[in-house]
Amino acid sequence: MRCRKCGEKAAIEIRRHNTAFCAPHFVDHFRDQVERAIRGQRMFGPDQRVLVAVSGGKDSLALWDVLLDLGYRTSGLYIGLGIGAYSAESQQKCETFAAARGADLLVVDLAGEYGFDIGEIPTLTRRAPCSACGLSKRYLFNKVARERGFDVVATGHNLDDEAATLLGNVLHWQAGYLARQSPLLEESAAGLARKVKPLYRLGELETAAYAVLRGIDYIVEECPNSVGATSLRYKEALNLLEATSPGTKMMFLQGFLDRARALFVGQEQVALHDCPQCGQPTTGDACAFCRLIGEVQRRKAERAERRARRAVAAAASAQR
Amino acid sequence: MKVILRHPKRREVELAGRRRVEELLKELNVHPDTVLVIRGGELLTRDVVVREDDVIEVRPVISGGAGAPRRRAGRCE
Ligand code: SF4
Ligand SMILES: [Zn+2]
Ligand SMILES: [Zn+2]
Repeated sequence: MRCRKCGEKAAIEIRRHNTAFCAPHFVDHFRDQVERAIRGQRMFGPDQRVLVAVSGGKDSLALWDVLLDLGYRTSGLYIGLGIGAYSAESQQKCETFAAARGADLLVVDLAGEYGFDIGEIPTLTRRAPCSACGLSKRYLFNKVARERGFDVVATGHNLDDEAATLLGNVLHWQAGYLARQSPLLEESAAGLARKVKPLYRLGELETAAYAVLRGIDYIVEECPNSVGATSLRYKEALNLLEATSPGTKMMFLQGFLDRARALFVGQEQVALHDCPQCGQPTTGDACAFCRLIGEVQRRKAERAERRARRAVAAAASAQR
Repeated sequence: MKVILRHPKRREVELAGRRRVEELLKELNVHPDTVLVIRGGELLTRDVVVREDDVIEVRPVISGGAGAPRRRAGRCE
């Protein structure tokens, strides 16, 4: 296979575009697609400060790399979730990446700053780790962006992620999520930072290829909690369709954004106000993160009390 | 050739003879859009012929999502 631009041996075939590129021309194509997304959706400008949420995986590090390369003003934000060896390795990947490029990496450690981590959620509460994890990340991205004066939060969601999410939201007719599924969510007066997904035009084969060709050392292993995620089945289903009709995913997502999303916007108006405990925006009483912390602290206190009681009982029986 | 697979766990398989990447993936029962095929830091397209003495990594590109989501269907952030 040959590069469409220069005729040299191709490194990657992109069936959706019915084309193939050599390594340097693929990197150009990747940058072009990101620039088109940023400009086309008016995500941010060269003077604005971008907070890139990084996990150590291919997408978020590819995103940070391309934004640095394009000259945008970025800092990375890594959340230490405390998910065993996976977290230790992914943090190290982010630190190595940032150090090699002299880029600014912010780290928020859940255990260090809030006294719990995702690893202990299943033993402490009845919540699924992913639900506690997801709400903690959304909360912290927003909090750090607002407190440190960033204009926008960027995440590494790619075309496959977005198409799979859309399929899930359509299958369940989640009108509220459909209204909010977009590569750009504007800042809200109530205190939600602007959020963007500059990789939404690129498939995950492309983000992985970019990471490899740019020499990015990312964590290939997945978070252990992602095993069996429903979104993987949606991705498989879409890949099946894509195999016989290349371009299906892009058509599905772009068609929704161009023609259908507007129909859902405004159907589910939610009023946001400040959380009485932390001041972050929320729909309910205390925000989901403050409620999570409250629950964890309560369980930990109960556990400590049980331990103390057992120790007293043991000491008493030893004396007898 | 030695083939390094990364999913679901890292494992290695030995295969005899030369063949096109396309055929290799078919034998391994892997969908070509879901992996990168890497030989010594170089990406291979499906028409490339791999040889007996090659070491090939078949690296998955599909990222998982949040597990067991009740309402949110998407990939985690
Ligand atoms: S898979 Fe679940 S626990 Fe792991 S990072 Fe994603 S949301 Fe968090
Ligand atoms: Zn070329
Ligand atoms: Zn709060």
